Amino acid sequence: MSDQEDDFELSDLDDKELVEQIQDDLYDGLNDEVFEGVEILLERKWDANDILGDALVGGMKIVGEDFRDGILFVPEVLKCAGAMKQGMGLLRPILANSAIDISLGKFVIGTVKGDIHDIGKNLVGMMLEGAGFEVIDLGINNPVENYLEAIDEHKPVVMGMSALLTTTMPYMGVVIEELDKRGMRNDFHVMVGGAPLNQEFADAIGADAYGRDAARSAEMASEHARSVQAS
Amino acid sequence: MTMKTMQTPSSFNLFSAKDGLVSDDTKAKSRNKRLVLGCGALVYELVELIKHNPVVDQAVDLHCLPAHLHNTPQLIGPEVDKFLSEHAHRYSEVLVAYGDCGSAGELDRVIAKYQASRLPGAHCYEFFSGADVFQSMMNEELGSFFLTDFLVSFFDRLVVQGLGLDRYPELKEVYFKHYKKLVYLAQKDDPELQTLASQHAAFLGLDYEYKFVGFDELKPVTFGLDSEHKLGSIEVQHVST
Repeated sequence: MSDQEDDFELSDLDDKELVEQIQDDLYDGLNDEVFEGVEILLERKWDANDILGDALVGGMKIVGEDFRDGILFVPEVLKCAGAMKQGMGLLRPILANSAIDISLGKFVIGTVKGDIHDIGKNLVGMMLEGAGFEVIDLGINNPVENYLEAIDEHKPVVMGMSALLTTTMPYMGVVIEELDKRGMRNDFHVMVGGAPLNQEFADAIGADAYGRDAARSAEMASEHARSVQAS
Repeated sequence: MTMKTMQTPSSFNLFSAKDGLVSDDTKAKSRNKRLVLGCGALVYELVELIKHNPVVDQAVDLHCLPAHLHNTPQLIGPEVDKFLSEHAHRYSEVLVAYGDCGSAGELDRVIAKYQASRLPGAHCYEFFSGADVFQSMMNEELGSFFLTDFLVSFFDRLVVQGLGLDRYPELKEVYFKHYKKLVYLAQKDDPELQTLASQHAAFLGLDYEYKFVGFDELKPVTFGLDSEHKLGSIEVQHVST
């Protein structure tokens, strides 16, 4: 993102410049620089939530938009996500012990049965965490029982299913049907996503929302969680 | 919206293949021809099917889009749309030699717009091996990474560079941590490609399995053309190959 080649100390930047620089470094997938930038903001007594929102999530939003617009591709996005993970690593324990609970609630997420692909799901999970959700990640190849157990244990505000294969995406419908049979369908929001999906498919299986990419998924989930909190 | 799968077409002609892109506007004059618009990753097999059969060769125009679209499936629908918007009207029939290829149904929407057809299945791995065989392979081992002849040959460009492993080797773990074996679905029995494929498996840290599947499943592109056949005013004679 940045063409700037000159060496400089991150600590020499003022707060606004540093946030922008962290976003730039995140965009460029520079793990160490993002880590250092977050560390400096913490030393300057920034609130961890503000660092997360302004620097990391702000940076990933730009990444998400450029991915959507075909400017960035999967490898670069993964590098960005790796850099965000570095920053999150510093913030997570602080956020967990924070007296101020700004959590949007729990989000259970997993790749469906028969599918081992988790890159998209992991990106969504990271964006959700950044947005303020407590993410319960079930991993890959999840039969309906795994979702049911997690729902029972965690009482999520949203449940998300991911699939990369046209052969596995119908399983999302199986899970939704099972939720329906058990009278749990309206207890939480159901979101679906993955490369072969589209809005028509999400509508056809009765999902509440289709997340076309990680950034948009996090936005949609946040909007829903806020509306639940406000009601 | 309806989407046909390839079945019974008409008459043809085709051209020359170069770097995954085949085109010849001069031959695209007849409204009685079939246009086959294919993925560049299928170009060798499509050329083989069409070039080796003079009847088909006369009745089909073949054009292949760049194979690297394989890595950006969201661009396949728009690229097919762009090409068909300029060329489809000149043909009596359009067959799109793609699977869904991760286009999330976008390719089918484009295909329906032009009343065209496509190969059945989700991916080339599926239609090369046949849906049933493919599904049984998936059931046997979820973590299978499939390569075809084309992908074996152009592994560096399409997999290593395409996934950014040349720039970010550390991403290998991110992409392949849940895969267990590389399955080479061979279109032709080529020992050199088999050696290459096993090297690719080693590079990715996966077990290696070889399975010859041929490319019979691509034959729908020639349906109706390899026997005596009439289309409009053009009579296509059977020519043995």
